[in-house]
Amino acid sequence: MATDSRQASSGTRPSNFRGPDVPAPEDMYKCVHCGFCLQSCPTYLETGLEAESPRGRIALMKAVEEGRTEITPAIVGHWDKCLQCRACEVVCPSGVPYGRLMEATRANVETVFKRGFKQRRARNMGFNGVLPNTKRLNRIGGMFRFYQNSGLQTVARKTRAVRLAPGGSLEKFLPRLSDNFFIASGQIIRPEGEVRARVALLGGCVMRLTHAPTLDAVTRVLARNGVEVYVPETQGCCGALNAHSGERESARDMARKNIDAFLEVETDAIIVAAAGCGSTMKEYDDLLANDPEYAEKAADVAERTRDIHEFLAELGFEAPTGSLATKGKDLKVTYQDSCHLGHAQQITAPPRQLLNSIPGVEFVEMEESLICCGSAGTYSLIEQEMSQRLGRRKSNNIVASGAAVVATANPGCVIQMEQALERAGEGTQVRYVIDLLDESYQIADDTN
Amino acid sequence: MSEKSALVHDLEQVVEPTHVVWRPEDLLVYEYDGSIDRNNPGAVVVPSSVEQISEIIKIARKHNAPVVPRGAGTGLSGGAISMEGAVVLALTRLNKVLEIDKENRVAIVEPGVVNLELGQAVAPYGLQYVPDPSSQSACTIGGNVGENAGGPHCLAYGVTTNHVLGMEVVLADGTVTWLGGDAREVPGYDLRGVFIGSEGTLAVVTKVAVRLVPQPEAIRTMVAAFSSVEAASETVADIVASGVIPGAVEMIDRLCIEAVEPAFHPGYPEDAQAILLVEVDGLRETVAEQAELVEELCRKHGTTDWRTAEDEEERETLWASRKKALGALGRLAPNYYLIDGVIPPTRLPETMSKINALSDELEIPIANVLHAGDGNLHPCILFDSRQPEQVEKALIAGGRILEMCVEVGGALSGEHGIGLEKQGYLPLVFTDEDLEAMARLKPAFGAAGMFNPGKIFPTDEQREGIPHAAIMQRLTSDMVI
Repeated sequence: MATDSRQASSGTRPSNFRGPDVPAPEDMYKCVHCGFCLQSCPTYLETGLEAESPRGRIALMKAVEEGRTEITPAIVGHWDKCLQCRACEVVCPSGVPYGRLMEATRANVETVFKRGFKQRRARNMGFNGVLPNTKRLNRIGGMFRFYQNSGLQTVARKTRAVRLAPGGSLEKFLPRLSDNFFIASGQIIRPEGEVRARVALLGGCVMRLTHAPTLDAVTRVLARNGVEVYVPETQGCCGALNAHSGERESARDMARKNIDAFLEVETDAIIVAAAGCGSTMKEYDDLLANDPEYAEKAADVAERTRDIHEFLAELGFEAPTGSLATKGKDLKVTYQDSCHLGHAQQITAPPRQLLNSIPGVEFVEMEESLICCGSAGTYSLIEQEMSQRLGRRKSNNIVASGAAVVATANPGCVIQMEQALERAGEGTQVRYVIDLLDESYQIADDTN
Repeated sequence: MSEKSALVHDLEQVVEPTHVVWRPEDLLVYEYDGSIDRNNPGAVVVPSSVEQISEIIKIARKHNAPVVPRGAGTGLSGGAISMEGAVVLALTRLNKVLEIDKENRVAIVEPGVVNLELGQAVAPYGLQYVPDPSSQSACTIGGNVGENAGGPHCLAYGVTTNHVLGMEVVLADGTVTWLGGDAREVPGYDLRGVFIGSEGTLAVVTKVAVRLVPQPEAIRTMVAAFSSVEAASETVADIVASGVIPGAVEMIDRLCIEAVEPAFHPGYPEDAQAILLVEVDGLRETVAEQAELVEELCRKHGTTDWRTAEDEEERETLWASRKKALGALGRLAPNYYLIDGVIPPTRLPETMSKINALSDELEIPIANVLHAGDGNLHPCILFDSRQPEQVEKALIAGGRILEMCVEVGGALSGEHGIGLEKQGYLPLVFTDEDLEAMARLKPAFGAAGMFNPGKIFPTDEQREGIPHAAIMQRLTSDMVI
């Protein structure tokens, strides 16, 4: 581990950020502590505490950078509480690249700060043992699917035996797994008529286990719109969860693997259906900026990556004609902006455009659609209390909108909102925008 | 002092420990507000009810600890910065709009309600709360009351004190009482008026009854570009002299445009040296008439580019470029020192020239953004607080600008308060007798030694020495925890 002490950007004391991944002083000193970010921050809204706000977290970075304080457990706690939803980045007049700052800060914490044994073990298993390994992920997914489908889950929950298993307290967060996982095997899905574009599709890690039918829907929707879809076999997890958690080295390995997989064939775009993955792939250039071999390729992949909603809106999509109304009554749908779509990629109009195009859908906005639902990747497992508070806040807003369906654009958000609505005893459905569009297309086909 | 003090132990009996802040590294985030100053508080407590506030004040009194009320910490005069190890009382969790009386056009709100959110809450009733500080997307009504805040639209409609009917306050002995009420007039002394703008030195405000007014029938937002700050300033002086009172007359200069253009893309002409943003509102007929007059005056002074906002979206972009201009200055420098001086609007042309000359003389950039219509300057001196020589230059420039304002018959502060920032300059406008008379107000309410110590009034050192010496010392000290 590198321990070279850098001179702080001011004064005579050395910076207490050390090692290869340090947050850039020029990024943090863009913050003039005006406070305009406060009301955009979910954890500040919930707590009213400055330390749980973007301005507060940056002030702590400055204090560490200036050598005024060591990186203490309390400070790490405030940084850990950040969802990295990047809502603050959108409202910041100064253009502070908060996401980049926080990612680098987390990476530094993992280098210089010693976490407790349990936390270290869990992090190592998840970030290095499971996520980078597609086959292992499939095997574990398969085991859990068996657990859910065989009736074992019901028994374990009823007898409370789950509590005895290691990590049993997390069992309640286990999402429903798909009956058939989405497997990337180099398959090509061809449109019937003229080919308007050729794309490669990311299957991802979690999404292909939990929402495999949605990935199938993505391929159908694309094919219907004249897009040939190729699913590279050697692809894997994009590395988003690792990068957000400060595990930048493993994230870089995962990025390199995907870059190789996606540059193997020349395509017009790389399509991503999970907002979190799309935002990370669009920032591969940042992640690998100092890798001479990959920097250029990373920029190429970043440049070509498109979110599915963004891509369809750009390309122009066939107007859906199948109505989602039941018994003459329109389906009331609201939309939750996934943070990594609405904030990180700043894509808010295309998903709404898709929803509004579907016949038999009455689109309504809910309050705070740009406030994070509390999922935030691994956050929901690590910061359970705050995650559930934000889940409750979200389910209240969803219910108040009167919608029967809340649509969104990322697997974490779907799982989190389903669990929050279930805890609240509400029957509101959570769906992907793409699933609703696909359903409308299918209904049209069936009635013809 | 990384051990909990007896005071902290007592506070934790009243407010949950998650909202009593005492670890030195946790206190780091309460050493600043929106101003350039900083100082460590003794502790911070973030209560959720009036009852808790009353108890906190009694506990603080028991431990001889002064209390500093704090809203969102966006103030620009250091009002929320703690001196003498005081306990910061942050009101961010008291953030509910309690009542909207549509017929009588009154709302009762808690102090932590954000200004913009109050506006959003009353908008469905066709009403508005007029004072709109530029930080309105973050600043709180409690803070607005403490500083008697203004905003672009206070030109025609008056500042906070003209829109607050009454407040519930907690006094220095923990008593909860109302000053004024929800009626338009109350008999007796106007104590409400005394407490508004008292900068947290007399009491903690826990509820505010605000006056609402109907939204205007018509609004027109216009932008005029000029090839010099002087031409824009002369236009403003002419608009004011013409007798028209627009809703707002705002100006930003070239340097400021460079910060806001990449942030909000308002589309200002590249060669513009100054932009005027003028808004007229009211009855449809009057608006058309006033807009015509404003356009005529802008053309008379040779505006190089004139446009009217076509729709609400464009209007919002234009206003964001003005109201969030301060935040955008981070694109130019790590710090800005904003001077809130006021001058008679007719003296704008010469004063703006002098400010530009000062910037050249001291070789320090100054970005200007101002409530031009009421002569409220906001020159922002750009510097890097990590460079002591730049800090000193910025403070000297600030002092010189305040002196300029006083020389032409102006005032030290338009809307940000005196706080820590301008206390050293108070003798420029008040005699010793004036200051002593004012200082007698605090003990009259039992607040001596209790609320927000060390603010507003100059210290003996400041009276005799350099007004900015204390700030300089705080900003350049190590402050390692």
